[in-house]
Parts: sequence; structure tokens; C-alpha cells
Amino acid sequence: MERFIVVDYNAGNLTSVLNAFEHIGANVKASRDPSEIAEADRLVFPGVGAARSAMETLEKTGIGKAIVEVVNRKRPVLGICIGCQIILNSSEENGGVDTLGLIDGKAVRFQNEAGIKIPHMGWNQVELLKLHPLFEGIPNNSDFYFVHSFHPAKIREENALSKTTYGSQTFTSAVCKENLVATQFHLEKSGDVGLRVLKNFSTWSGK
Amino acid sequence: MLTKRLIICLDVRNRKVTKGVKFKGNIDVGDPVELGAKYSAEGVDELVFYDITASAENRPCDLEMVKDIAKNVFIPFSVGGGIRSLDDMHQVLLAGAEKVSVNSLAVLHPEIIEQGAKAFGNQCVVLGMDAKRVGVSEKIPSGYEIYIKGGRAASGLDAVEWAKKAESLGAGEICLNAMDTDGVRDGYELEITDKVAKAVGIPVIASGGAGKPCHIADLFAKTSADAALVASMVHFGDYTVAQIKDEMSKANIPVRKIV
Repeated sequence: MERFIVVDYNAGNLTSVLNAFEHIGANVKASRDPSEIAEADRLVFPGVGAARSAMETLEKTGIGKAIVEVVNRKRPVLGICIGCQIILNSSEENGGVDTLGLIDGKAVRFQNEAGIKIPHMGWNQVELLKLHPLFEGIPNNSDFYFVHSFHPAKIREENALSKTTYGSQTFTSAVCKENLVATQFHLEKSGDVGLRVLKNFSTWSGK
Repeated sequence: MLTKRLIICLDVRNRKVTKGVKFKGNIDVGDPVELGAKYSAEGVDELVFYDITASAENRPCDLEMVKDIAKNVFIPFSVGGGIRSLDDMHQVLLAGAEKVSVNSLAVLHPEIIEQGAKAFGNQCVVLGMDAKRVGVSEKIPSGYEIYIKGGRAASGLDAVEWAKKAESLGAGEICLNAMDTDGVRDGYELEITDKVAKAVGIPVIASGGAGKPCHIADLFAKTSADAALVASMVHFGDYTVAQIKDEMSKANIPVRKIV
């Protein structure tokens, strides 16, 4: 049987992610064992909170290395929220922290702006920049649920999967590179469209 | 563009959703898990569950109910009622809620906001506040006083001052319930809602008084509120989520499209 693993690194919304996969009939297992994670055939790493503390946990436990291993083995890997930030080269959060460096770019904070509140919290439109198997069946500009203060920036064009506008600021809201995809928005909390993306991921070959 | 959120509030007593007028005369309207899933499927943007008798009965929030909701609801939801400690907050989040709402506890022990925000992130901590019109005075400059224990006890706190303090302690959002208009279905209390929404830099959810879709359109046209909370108008079958969102769209309010 396929080893479909959701990484458990004390980063918040694990229950929601597991419930969403159970709802769509995907057989997933939560794990915090780096050797088990490294052998995953399909991997999700969710997360809310801060990039620095997430990275500290990933380094201390060896889970970060395990995630990189699964990505390098070309298995399908999905990051959500903080999972979309720690795959970049660095994050500005808490004075700056080096992250996994799987996709070029950095996580930066929204600029303060009259009329917008930070964190960016609520439903916002996701404009797809290219066709991708994960977004099959999703109407362009569908609304997804966001909760974050930092967002991906300086993403190469070939890695930018979607963009979203908050106030006057347009940012990359999903990134992709070969078998790795990550969304800043919470797929597990985005109603039917989110469940559809998770379903698509559960059967995606990674190509 | 970030959409304005439509939130349905489910007050729960003995595991049944119930609704009263000005916090009294409650009628049971259904099962919280079934109703949560139904509203979620209909396209509401967020749900709020309050275990309204937990505090009075001095028992923790019904965690089994939270777990059941989380298995059936795939949009954000917050839970309040019966939160007595940081550990209670943690248990609610572990059970699958995105956010925890604190009300009386935060008034009596404001440090819980700070502790919760540090432990779980600001976005997890919602300050619920019940504000009652008492007239402007030196002690209550906004004219609205905070009540606790399910609207049974005055706290002596001014609504706007308390909102600002809660923000500075780390609250990620404020749910402002106007007690005078709660369940009356004659429109939101726009004055205090706008005062609070303009005084803080975190999202403010307006609650208390929605009876018709035009009340929601009015709220967003006349105040800086970020979200509208409704209960009676959907629980008693007067309006559907689609009808409300349709009216919001017609009033040029950005809303999440229902696919």
C-alpha cells in the first residue's frame, strides 16, 4: 500500500488536514518519525505559526532533511501555509531565518497599508497562472481561505502557480516545481474547492 | 480582493442549537453537527459555535461535539464557551477548531489573551465581547459597557477601551455582540460596531441584530466591520446563505462566490 504521510511537527492544524483527507477517502497517516517520513510515497506538510519556530523543529527533529529526501525522490509533495514558506530559501520572519531552499524565493511580510489588516485573514481569489493537475476542475479566481502575515516573494516565473491581491499588493499564493507544490492558502479549510485540490493531490503522479 | 465574511453563529445548549432574543427565551433549532455541515455546504464563510451553558454550569466546553463538527465542516470555525485556561484553549484547537473565543475569562484574566496568542498564534484567539448600551459617562466614554457571564453581569469596562486593550494583548479578532439588538432582527448596532472597528487594526465581526439581507449590506456600507454574524435569520428558515450573499453582491460588497 502507498505510504501517504502527513507530517506532524506540532505546527497546529494537523487535525483539520487529517479530517479533510479522511472525508475525501484518502488513507493518510500522521507521522513525526523522520525515517518513516523519508520513506513516504506521498507527503503533505501543513502548518500554521511562525517560520522560525517551524524551522527549528524541522532541524532539531531531522524532519526537514526527511522532507527534502522525499522531494528529491520525485514523490508528490504538498506544503500548506507555513509549508509554502519553509520550502523557499529564507523567511524575513523574526529577524530572518534560512529555510529549506527547495524553490528559489523568500517569505516576506505584507507591507503596512491603509485599509488593510495584517494578518490577511479570510477568503480571497486565487488566479491560476498555469495549468496544473492539482487545480483540475477548479474555476479560475475561485476563493480560498487565507490566514497569514508573510507570503512568498521573488519567485521565478516558472515556479509561480497562482497569484492573489490583498489591498494593493499582489503576491504569489501558490508555487510549484516538478513534484513539489505548495499553497499559501488553507486547502483543508477552503470548502469544496479546497477538498477538490486535496483529492487531486491524493492521486497525482508528481509529474 | 479580500471578501467580506458571512458567519453563522450556532449557540449550543445540551448539544442542541438554540436561539433566543436578548439572551432569553431560547428555542431549539437543530443538531449542531448537522447544521454546521449544512451551512458549510451552502457556502457560508465561517462558523462560530458557543457552548452557552458551559460557563454557568462550570464545566469545560463539549470537546466531543467540537471533534464531530471538525470531521464534517471544511471551512474555518471557532469555538467559545467554557474556556477556563490555556489548556482548555489547546484542547479546543486540538479537537479541530481554528480559533478559540474567550469572553468572560478574558475580562477576569486578561493575561489569557497574551498566553493564548503566544502559544497558538494571534489568529487563534478571538475576543468575544457582549456590549450593552448604557449611555456615555466618564467611566464608559463610548456609551457601551462590557457584560460578562452570558450577559448577566456588568464588568465596568468600556467597549472601545477593552477592544484596544485586547488587541494590544494579542487578540487576533474581535467578535462584537451588541446585546440590545441581539435576536431582535432589526439591524446591527452600527454606531458601536464602527467605533470598535475603527479603533483597532484587527478584524471585527459584527453580531446581534441581523434580520434581513439588507441589514448586512447596510453594515458593510456604513461601518468598517470585516464580517457579519447572523443566526436567527437562517436558523428559522427565513433566508438562505445564497439569498444573503446574492443581496451582498447586489450591494457591491465583495463576497466569496459559491461554486
